[in-house]
Amino acid sequence: MHIKYESFIREPLVEGNKDYHQVSEDIVAPIEGKPGRMWYVGFFFSIILLCFGIFSVSWSVYWGLGTWGVNRTIGWGWDITNFVWWIGIGHAGTLISAILLLFRQGWRTGVNRAAEAMTIFAVMCAGQFPIWHMGRVWDGFFVLPYPNTRGPLWPNFDSPLLWDVFAISTYFTVSLLFWYSGLIPDFALIRDRAKTKLRKMLYGVASFGWTGTAKNWQRQEALALVLAGLSTPLVLSVHTIVSFDFATSVIPGWHTTIFPPYFVAGAVFSGFAMVNTLLVLTRKILHLEEYITIGHLEAMNKIIVLTGSIVGVAYLTELFIAWYSQSWGEMAAFQWRILGPYWWSYWAMMTCNVVSPQLFWVKKLRRNVPFTFVMSIVVNIGMWFERFVIIVTSTYRDWIPGSWSYYSPQWTEVGFYLGTFGLFFTCYFLFAKYFPVIAISEIKFVLKTSGRNFKEKMNHIEEMSAESFYHIAEASHHDDHDDTHGDDTHGTHDTHHKEEKTLVDSIMHPFNDEHLIEGATVVEHLLSPIVETKTETIEEVSHEVKQEEVITVAPIVTPVEEIPVVEAKEGTTETNFVVETDDTKVEEIKESTDEVVVKETTVDGGAEDRDLPSNSPIVDNTLPTTDTEKKGDDIAD
Amino acid sequence: MAIKKFAVATYLDEEVLFPAVKKVRRSGYKLHDVYTPFAVHGLDVAIGHKETDLHIAGFIYGLCGTSTAVGFISWIYTSDWPQNYGGKPHFALPAWIPITFELTVLFAAVGMVLTFCYLNQIMPGVKKHVFHPRQSDDTFVVALELNGKNSEEEAIAFLKSTGATETSIQIAESSWWYGRWDKKEAYETMTHI
Repeated sequence: MHIKYESFIREPLVEGNKDYHQVSEDIVAPIEGKPGRMWYVGFFFSIILLCFGIFSVSWSVYWGLGTWGVNRTIGWGWDITNFVWWIGIGHAGTLISAILLLFRQGWRTGVNRAAEAMTIFAVMCAGQFPIWHMGRVWDGFFVLPYPNTRGPLWPNFDSPLLWDVFAISTYFTVSLLFWYSGLIPDFALIRDRAKTKLRKMLYGVASFGWTGTAKNWQRQEALALVLAGLSTPLVLSVHTIVSFDFATSVIPGWHTTIFPPYFVAGAVFSGFAMVNTLLVLTRKILHLEEYITIGHLEAMNKIIVLTGSIVGVAYLTELFIAWYSQSWGEMAAFQWRILGPYWWSYWAMMTCNVVSPQLFWVKKLRRNVPFTFVMSIVVNIGMWFERFVIIVTSTYRDWIPGSWSYYSPQWTEVGFYLGTFGLFFTCYFLFAKYFPVIAISEIKFVLKTSGRNFKEKMNHIEEMSAESFYHIAEASHHDDHDDTHGDDTHGTHDTHHKEEKTLVDSIMHPFNDEHLIEGATVVEHLLSPIVETKTETIEEVSHEVKQEEVITVAPIVTPVEEIPVVEAKEGTTETNFVVETDDTKVEEIKESTDEVVVKETTVDGGAEDRDLPSNSPIVDNTLPTTDTEKKGDDIAD
Repeated sequence: MAIKKFAVATYLDEEVLFPAVKKVRRSGYKLHDVYTPFAVHGLDVAIGHKETDLHIAGFIYGLCGTSTAVGFISWIYTSDWPQNYGGKPHFALPAWIPITFELTVLFAAVGMVLTFCYLNQIMPGVKKHVFHPRQSDDTFVVALELNGKNSEEEAIAFLKSTGATETSIQIAESSWWYGRWDKKEAYETMTHI
């Protein structure tokens, strides 16, 4: 449980007045209801495109790749352009699900499910291009290293093209596993809610029999964290390896060491644009505006302006290095790129990728939904042109002027590209209908810290000045423990803050029966902004003990001897005291040291309470931070 | 496969759940399990579960991937079929880094997910008893396993005292079995064991 209170400075991640059940209702609604007209229209067009794609590919395979526009000078055309484009789009999903998980970005919970789905579908589309580009696709399995009757002759493990085979298949597999392991609990929810037999059966199978025991969840979080840790270098490696396809060659314009970071930044750039395209539509059509908020779109627009600028710097660096290297081949390549017959593609790339995203420095535009949508399309067009520029305009003017050439795509190539759109959107429409497009359990997890209605509960405390909060806390504190402290200099403040005092009272006295339940939570909520280290330390511990007393005197050094002895309630054998004694050190005084015991004994229920008198706090500075706590924090934030 | 009797309590708030779990552990009742609709941090500690070793398994799978890739490629290029690719040495370790890395990740991820499924005993077709239809929605469920000596009334009274919103006595399969989720199970009609 992470019940750290988050300030309104951080936008709510869930708008509206929600509780756990309402979250389920809202997100499962599209699955349980009939799809709208928009869905049918969209799905129909996707299927049409897919069929046209299948026809184009079949035509290409039947007649051979001579039906494509590529030639001996320009060996890679739309096919590899589209391949790199789709693979790049996929990267945003992994970035959101893995890298933002490691960076503890709470807003990823609203968009990660759809973004990961996009990754998987985009990689499926990307994979089509190298496969069908093989021409004799029935021999495609030659890329796999298996014992064969040709020697056995192995593939070339030193070749970036084979690295690609491994990188992309691994990327697809790992993304799929990561995505599905998160989907299992949400399928269980749909299964348990299911009214019809068919739905119950199908989601029962899809949910793998998940019931959500504490141990299940513990493992699920461990799995998510490690998969995130694995996916992070994986996603960087995939586009790095894709860029090696070019960078390890000796073609001017390709032979550059800047390619890996430049490709990765471009991939994230285009991927986030595609996420925006999809989510602007999804949130509207499925009525999920309260979960995929303007804040989410803005966060992604910020990433777009960042990565767009990185890409811009990379373009300029390429130009600079072409001049600085004084390599005539390199210089000529860029001259032809900028001013040659394909000048329009270069300038389309520059406009869409470098110039127009700079508009996102304006906050109003970042938060404008139609503008975001238009911009996301512009960026994707720009990124498509980037790949086209790299691939075609580096090769069309090669070493011998006699073999200079020009390339235009044939209908088969265009059809193939449109077909992958069909594949992508067919999958996405099915996903939007049958899968929870938002990670329900993850939203529930952040609801109490990041939901608007939960944040609003803390409004009046937010509005208090730090000074007055401190005085009230002090006043209430001294009021109660006069005998202990013998100091009531702040007692006069009571009258000024009658109302707040009542609240603070309730917070400071969780031992009162009426406040028993809310007390412990609110203490954490209230005090966490002041004492960061405190919450970190007791976050896990606190749940075990409802009756905890947290006394925090933020800037003042309180000697341990001054800890007020709080009378434990009947039946309470444990009390947590957390006293901040100086700026950095937090001491935990616990009567029960369950964690220690749990750590040592692995038996279920093995942690027995120690036999200690309930009013003699033991100062335990050496309380180890268990692994669980660390793990908990990783996921929590 | 064992059909057992359970005393079941539901809670609507994790703030109530934690002290309740604490009380259950102190009470001497056998805690069957706690079911939550989402990951509730610290609950595993409160119950007394030790930290999972899944990540250690993942590390070992990863090492298997690394050694598979390096071993396989070096065997092929130095002994089975040495070839000269662009003048690179036969043992061209830097050129194998990408594939080695990919296989490490692949083995670790696939291995971990399979281990995860095995440990949690989940798989397509597996069925388990659901104590409360909303335990995956907004309800936190604590199930106590009752033996012959426990009185049902006392168990229910105890659970009520922990702040449960609903309580019930259920006869249920305690483990997993293969089954269809849309079918009723035989034990669901049993009134006593």
